Amino acid sequence: MNIKKRNTIYSLVAIALFLAFLYWLDANRLKQGMMISVLQKGAILALVAVAMNLLNGFTGLFSLGQAGFMSIGAYTTAILIIPVKSLDGVYYMNGVHPAIMSLRVMMAESPPFLQSLYPFIALLLGGIIAAVAALLVGLAVLRLKSDYLAIATLGLSEIVRAIFSSPQFDQITNGSYGLNKIPNFPSMLWGLIPSLVTPFIITGVCVAFIVLLINSSYGRAFKAIREDEIAAEAMGISLYKHKEMSFVISSFFSAIAGGMLAMYMRSIEAKTFSIMLTYDILLIVVIGGIGSITGSVVSAFLVTAAKEWWLRFFDRPLTLFGMEVPLFRTGFRMVIFSILLMIVVLIYRRGLFGTNEFSWDAVRRRLGRRGKEARS
Amino acid sequence: MSNILLFTEHLTMQFGGVVAVDDLNIKIPTGEITALIGPNGAGKTTAFNVITGGYQPTNGRVTFDGEVIAENCPRAKMKRIYNGSYKEPYTHTVVNKPDMITRLGMARTFQNIRLFKDLSVFENVLIAKHCHIKAGLLGATFRLNRAEEKEMAADAHDLLERVGLWESRNEKASSLPYGKQRRLEIARALATGPRLLLLDEPAAGMNPKETEELSQFIVEIKDSFALTIFLIEHHMNLVMDISDSIYVLDYGKTIAWGTPFEVQNNEAVIRAYLGVDEQ
Repeated sequence: MNIKKRNTIYSLVAIALFLAFLYWLDANRLKQGMMISVLQKGAILALVAVAMNLLNGFTGLFSLGQAGFMSIGAYTTAILIIPVKSLDGVYYMNGVHPAIMSLRVMMAESPPFLQSLYPFIALLLGGIIAAVAALLVGLAVLRLKSDYLAIATLGLSEIVRAIFSSPQFDQITNGSYGLNKIPNFPSMLWGLIPSLVTPFIITGVCVAFIVLLINSSYGRAFKAIREDEIAAEAMGISLYKHKEMSFVISSFFSAIAGGMLAMYMRSIEAKTFSIMLTYDILLIVVIGGIGSITGSVVSAFLVTAAKEWWLRFFDRPLTLFGMEVPLFRTGFRMVIFSILLMIVVLIYRRGLFGTNEFSWDAVRRRLGRRGKEARS
Repeated sequence: MSNILLFTEHLTMQFGGVVAVDDLNIKIPTGEITALIGPNGAGKTTAFNVITGGYQPTNGRVTFDGEVIAENCPRAKMKRIYNGSYKEPYTHTVVNKPDMITRLGMARTFQNIRLFKDLSVFENVLIAKHCHIKAGLLGATFRLNRAEEKEMAADAHDLLERVGLWESRNEKASSLPYGKQRRLEIARALATGPRLLLLDEPAAGMNPKETEELSQFIVEIKDSFALTIFLIEHHMNLVMDISDSIYVLDYGKTIAWGTPFEVQNNEAVIRAYLGVDEQ
């Protein structure tokens, strides 16, 4: 009990330190641009990775439709939060659909209290639309197993992308021109939480929800389905109902992350949500450990930082002893990144965390062992 | 009929040209142990799977506690019903998925152990309790069902103590020794709160001593959980010791039924199954 309490205190202190660090970043945001953008992108990808892990790692459904649901969230959010006065500029080719325009004008005329909530309502609405889409698609797709499910969801994600970029929806999604002038993250609680910190708070709340779900009775049922479908069904667990639940929840949170991605990137187009995005997320899940929430979160930050920041060095021409090193040019970091990935996968066959979660006890055990080794 | 918990009428399961179960009519009286025996490939496990909802029967009906849980009437027979030449019509189709049947109060174990291998012993039992959960998804996620959750854990604890697995509750299910895995599978089935327990070769791969323990265990749980038991088994000692009545299948057909004594002395059974060595 005492140890449990101490671990809680450790966790709280760690969270407080991280928050303090974020506030420090906010104060120095001009100098720390790279750090901020990597951390924010990491937080957004962490949420999708955790949502994907709920499906792939905990329910055992190999789904590759994440990008599709993210794009639903991103487009919904973007359409609802692009400032009204910029709308005509954004849709300069085809004009805005009158229904959207009138909705946006109505929103702009509502009291300021509501207006500060709209970004969050937009995120939520994106999530709900994606969840409804997942519910309908799940009726058909969740009958499939393993690879077939992956192919079906992959196709689904491409269909969503094609619909969003089709000329028929020009007035809603702006076709292949995409949407831009999307405002940055909103601040929360009357500016108490600055806009920089918002994505971390949203990700934190969503991940906490998923963790609570996984540790509940329903989460255990998901795991049972992952372990053995036939046995789970014989234990009275309705496969269809639970798979559908997991699929809908995963899609909901993917869409929320998609909406945050729109706020982060400030401009989106259908191409952003191509299959490569799903692969990036799958990569994060696999590196972190299929079936480990903390693994997904940690690896989301590590992979993003490695890809976007730490390896930048390799992209710049390098002169050593008056000689230009031949390979150092734009794009070379991705080669190094791939090599690093292979090394990580070779060393950690089941991902950094396997199916375990981060725990202070494990840290203490590891430190303790190292301490003992040093003493002996 | 009230003391018959489960009965099947003309239950038939056909896979293409193979008739795995052919016109099976069994009655399982409440509170008794009924056994289904037969040589390998006689269709015993298929019969189990049809009864528990794994397969949709190609013909016939299964009634559990007065409720039809599976029924099917092939099209060819439909015609004869309308002609009036077929006397016992099953005029509609009833399909129940295995999970619904489990919730009705029928639990099973598997011939080749199917535990949730990577989860702990305790979780294995706790998962089986999930089928009767009242809280919804959000309620359970936000822990609004603390009392229910506590009750589930307490029940699982109680059950594990009664089957003698409480000491190994935190072990991975796959790390248990074979005999205990069998026992855990039975415990997990019991956790769904069944009235009828179906055991598919519970003594498979056990030595005589373990088999002896198992037969005691089966009688024990039958009494303490007020169960009716239907089992498939190859160990004749166990079957003859504990069952009240026995059905013998061969090539999908029921060739004999009755008390252990009657079956033992049935010529068709001796010819088809028990052979010269056994008796």
